[in-house]
Formats: sequence, structure tokens, C-alpha cells
Amino acid sequence: MELTGAQIVVGSLVREGVKVAFGIPGGQALPLYDALYDAPFRLVLTRHEQGASHMADGYARASGKVGVCFATSGPGATNLITGLANAYMDSIPVVAITGQVRTGVIGSDAFQEADATGCTRSVTKHNFLVKDVRDLARIIREAFHIAATGRPGPVHIDVPVDVQRAKTPFVWPATVRIRSYRPISAPSDDDVRRAAELIRRAQRPLLYVGGGVISSGASDALRRVAEKTDTPVANTLMANGAIPFDHPLALGPLGMHGKYVSNMALQHCDLLISCGARFDDRVTGDLKKFSPKSKKIHFDIDPACINKNVPVDVGVLGDVRRSLEKLLPLVSRKSHPVWRREIKAWDKKHPLSYRLGDGLVKPQHVIKTLHRLTRGEALVVTGVGQHQMWSMQWYQAKRPRHFLSSGGLGTMGFGFPAAIGAKLARPDRTVVSIEGDGSFQMTMTEMAIAVREHIPIVVILLNNYYLGMVRQWQQLFYNKRFSSTALTVKGANAADGKEPTPGRDPYVPDFMKWAAAYGIEGYRLTRNEQVEGALRKALAAKSPVLVEAIIPRDENVFPMIPAGMGVENIIVDMA
Amino acid sequence: MKKLPTKTSDGATDIVKTNGKKDRHTLSCLVENKAGVLARVSGLFSARGYNIDSLAVGETEIPDVSRMTIVVKGDEKILEQVLKQLDKLVDVIKVSDYRATPHIERDLALIKVKANKSNRSELMQICDIFRTKIIDVAADAVVIEATGDEEKIQAFLEMLEPFGVMEMSRTGIVAIARGKNVLSLKK
Repeated sequence: MELTGAQIVVGSLVREGVKVAFGIPGGQALPLYDALYDAPFRLVLTRHEQGASHMADGYARASGKVGVCFATSGPGATNLITGLANAYMDSIPVVAITGQVRTGVIGSDAFQEADATGCTRSVTKHNFLVKDVRDLARIIREAFHIAATGRPGPVHIDVPVDVQRAKTPFVWPATVRIRSYRPISAPSDDDVRRAAELIRRAQRPLLYVGGGVISSGASDALRRVAEKTDTPVANTLMANGAIPFDHPLALGPLGMHGKYVSNMALQHCDLLISCGARFDDRVTGDLKKFSPKSKKIHFDIDPACINKNVPVDVGVLGDVRRSLEKLLPLVSRKSHPVWRREIKAWDKKHPLSYRLGDGLVKPQHVIKTLHRLTRGEALVVTGVGQHQMWSMQWYQAKRPRHFLSSGGLGTMGFGFPAAIGAKLARPDRTVVSIEGDGSFQMTMTEMAIAVREHIPIVVILLNNYYLGMVRQWQQLFYNKRFSSTALTVKGANAADGKEPTPGRDPYVPDFMKWAAAYGIEGYRLTRNEQVEGALRKALAAKSPVLVEAIIPRDENVFPMIPAGMGVENIIVDMA
Repeated sequence: MKKLPTKTSDGATDIVKTNGKKDRHTLSCLVENKAGVLARVSGLFSARGYNIDSLAVGETEIPDVSRMTIVVKGDEKILEQVLKQLDKLVDVIKVSDYRATPHIERDLALIKVKANKSNRSELMQICDIFRTKIIDVAADAVVIEATGDEEKIQAFLEMLEPFGVMEMSRTGIVAIARGKNVLSLKK
């Protein structure tokens, strides 16, 4: 039976097991959306294509499956770009399908035409422009395969409107064979043996784990390797939850805003075992001073990541889970009491801390209370900024795929739509979107989706009236010249062009009125004593809810290793 | 051979041979003969800040496979990244660095030179010595076809300088391994 290209898209997505997809229709996606009207999977209409791309991304992170989003041509496609770049940096499998002007007018500057594949080329793992409907099913099959295998990533398929309308028999390819794409999955025996040998000789080993541990499902293997070799585990932002936060070997986050103990361990270990992490500058700081005493092992799926920023002694190319499983029987049971005592001393010296005070709500107190009430088992999604770093520090997750954050690209606006995607992937989980007022305002229009689709999400908005992370850097490194970081109305000073004063000038919007406009419950907290009660109510809610905590304007994230410096430059707090 | 002092990333002054072989690498890639492949490869170089000296692309003995010869400048570390990043591109079938492989390089240049009755025969003698061909003649100009490796073309150009080079069009280097050694489709 002949189907239209649009019907083939839907049929192919069904074959790929798609359960939910996100997007917005438009002129050049009309045939596609007509076919989607009959689709047996859930179709979520977003308010902005960026929201659709982040929802697909959040869905993928929470479920481990490929996230799917749609957009029309031109502005629809370009609006997806930030979300695709975000997924690309964090190696998240997403397939984006866009409409395009008909093949006959491509290149003529037609209405709503953009060179979509040209635009997405540098922010996707691969992309396709479908010129013949007979290629469509094969291309979709290949797109899902490429997105999910090797180092995962987003794939974009651009489908001109005449290809959506054209008819051909629907033949689902039995297998995928791309001669130029053969990702390596199984590690070599030799590499793993060499890694085991270094581990056998180490006195002060440290596991440095990243997003690859989550995406390859290596948590269990990681825990067993750590336990057998008595090796502490420090995680990147992307690997929060890779090992349960309450595991005796879990040190917590490392890097610029990581814990003192994790960074000291990194600096003093004699063997650094990196698993699915890529030696990002937010982790290494000054490369010349990075972990100077250690031999280094790097487990990674991406050959280009090994030896890119930091030269390593043993690189093990392959899927991290398979590599660690292969490693486990080759390492001997060890114990490192001296090393563990040193680590304990560092943890005692500078644990994460904050002063509760008697003023406004402390952001750390909010997140710590959330962690206590949910026992670290909620699915937490963050935006980007100070609130993200406080979340990383104070919400150390119990399980993998339960802490989602924009790591590589640092995309403000990622969090809330990603939380919607995550909740659809894991309706059984309490999903909490922790936001800052700057980050939230970038995509908060998607609240309409949470309401429209009855998706209960707890939004915790930490409002300091500022773009807080930039404000922090201005305070520390730019002479307190708070250029364009206050989010309040320009008040008395507006006439002379000066920046507004957050203490005096009013804030827009009033988030309680905003919540009311969307018909959701809103709680505004101004004192620490209100936090627990409000969170309890919010966590029990069966519909979206907003908890706005008014936090001190000048609360900073510490500890902090300033950009490009070493761990000896760590600022533990302002005092 | 020109030598220019350049700043390295750690601020030290280093002598880099701009025309030498040390940091110049000839890569040969087999790629899918599909729309957009050239953009993917050139986009990779610009996005990651690698310097291309030349890039030549054409068909191969296999109809749906193209071959790119890329001459790139950079140290070992950059070369390793270039090879790995190229290999990651889905449409790239095979990448090979020819440095350790005995191979032949050729560049073809079409050069338009000022020449008239009085000096044309002198020019023809030079062309003979370099085994290049005059393929177009006008009253006051000739077009020369020159084939060879980079050094030969460079030497030839220096000899043409006194006549006045009006314009030049070059293919960039293409390369192939000597002997029966071939670049196979297997990754």
C-alpha cells in the first residue's frame, strides 16, 4: 500500500517505539501534522520550538530513549537550534524533523525558507535533507540509529513539503547499514588490562565520572568497581546520581563550583580514572596545574575525546559500561585506608556550608529541605546559573537519570521545558524544576503546556532579582559594576540611564499574578521558616505549582575556583 | 624556505616553518559522494580553528565515493584531533595521514604571464626546463599549465616573476600512495 511521506514519518516513528513527541505545526509542516492527527503516540503542542527541543532532550535524558521534536520550515527550524546545540554538547539522543519548502523552490528565498540543514550542521551529530520520498523510511531509521549509538547526539531530518505529500510503498528497512558509520562499542582486552594494571599499583586512586556513565547505564558497574578497589568517586555536573549520594565512596561534585574534598582529591590522587567525562574546562581549570601527581586512565566512547585536553596514560575506547564490566574481574580487591583518611580530613575542613541568617530565604536551605523531603529521589531538572550550581551541590541524587542539567552549552531556559519532557518520560516520579528568575523567564511560556496537558511539575523559583551568576562574576572580577544584570524595573534612575536598584525598584512580572494567570497554585516565600511547609504542599499537588523563594540579592555560589585557575585558588566563601 | 616567528599558545616565541614539511600534513579521505559533504568537512575545519592549506575533491573509481586531499598545518596534537574529528563525521568513510606513507603529490596551476614577441622565446625555454606547457598565446600574454609538487610550482613561479604573473588558478594538492598500497573503504 502506498503512503504519503507524512504517513511514512508517523509509521516510522511508531516502528521506532516513539511514545511522545513535541512540536509546533506551520505552513510547510501541514501534511506532516495532518498525518500526526492520527498518530498512536502522544503529540505535545509547545509554545516555542526551543521548548519542543528541550522537552525532547529532557525526555531523552530521563528515559534513555531518543527524544523527538517537530517544527515547520524557516523560523520553526531556526528556533530548534539552541535545543539541538544543547543536546549535542551533552550527547543526548534527539531526532528533530522539520518541514521545508518544496524541493522545486529550495534556494529561491521562498516564504519561510531557511537553509535548515546548513543551520543545524554544526550543532548536530548528523543531518539529512530528504529529496525523494523513497529514501524517507531508511533515513528515519538511520537517524534514530545514529542518534542513539556511539556517542549519542541529535540528528536533524529536513523534509520538504512535496516529499511529505508524495506517495510510495512504506518499506521499513530490516537493518541499518551505514558503511561510513561504525561506532566502536567493545573495548579492547589490551587496553582494559593496562588500565587494570595501573589500578593495581595505585595508592590514591580517584574515579572521575561524567555523563557517559549515565548514558551508557554504567552506574552499577561503576559502583562495583569503586567498591572492589576502594576508590572514591567524584562526579561532574552531568553525572549527578551516577553513584548514590549516600554511598560511602561518593565524594560529590568536582570542578569550578564542586566540593573542596572532590577537588582536593583530584589534585592529590596518584591515579585518575576518568569514565565518560571529557576533561571540560569547568572541571580542569588551569590545565598545567590539573591533577599533577596522577597517572590517568580515560574510558570514553569518543576517540576524539581521548587525549584532547589532557594527555592520558591509558585510553580505553568503548562503551563505558562494557569497559567497566570487563575491568571488574581484572582488578583485585583493595583498600586504601590512608587515602580515605586524607579525604575525610578534607571533607571535614571545608564541607559545603551556608549561613541560614534571619533575613530572606536561603537558596541552599530550599534545596537541602527539598532533598530531605524527597530523600534525594525526586527527578530534579535545573536551568543554568547560580541555582543550577546550588542544586548540583545540595541535591545530590540517589539514582542516575534523576538530575538533568544543561552541562556543556549552559543553556538558560533549558530547565523548565526539559522538566516537562522528563515528567512525560517518568510520570511515576516527582519532577521538580529548580529555576532562577533569569533562566525561567527564557522559556516559562511553556507553563501553558504543563497546564494544557495536565503535567504536574513543581517549579521552585529562586528569585534574587538578578542574573545572579553574571552578577557574582561582576562582583568578584568586574569591580561590582552590575552592568545589565538587575532584572527589576528601571526606577528613579532610569532617566539618567543608570541601572535599577533591586532593593528599591519593583520586579516584573509579579510571579504570583503570573501563576494565577495560568490557573496554577503559587506560593511566595520570604522567610526560611516557610520553606518546609510550602514544599510539602507543592510536592503533594496533583497539578503544576510554583514556589517562589525570594532569596538574598547578593548570595554567591561557593566554593569557587575562578576560571582558568587551579585548586589552590579556591574561594571557600566571602569571609 | 620562509621562516616566521609566531606566538605559541603558551606565549613563547617559536620558529615555525611556514613552507616546510614539519607541520604540514597531507590527508586523504574517502567520503560519501553526497550533497553537503564538502560543507561538513570545511565546516569542521572552520569551527575548530584548524588551518587548511588546500582542499581538493573529486570522483574516485567507485561512483558514489569521492576523495578529498586536504593539506593541513598544525602540530601533532592538532593533527590527531583533525584525524579523529574527520573520522567522526558520518559521511567520512576513511581518513588517512600520508606522512608515513611513500606517496606522490601533484598540484596543477594555470598561470597567466605577460609575454610578447621580445621575451616569449626566453619564457618558452623556462617552460621547457620545468616541463610545463604553454596552452594559450595572445599578443601580450600566455597561459601556462604547470603540474608538479608544491616545491616545483613554487620554483617555477619564482622564475616567472620577472615576466609578470597576471593571474593564477590552482587545484591544490592531490595525492596517492606509491606501489600497490590503496586506501580501502574499510574503516
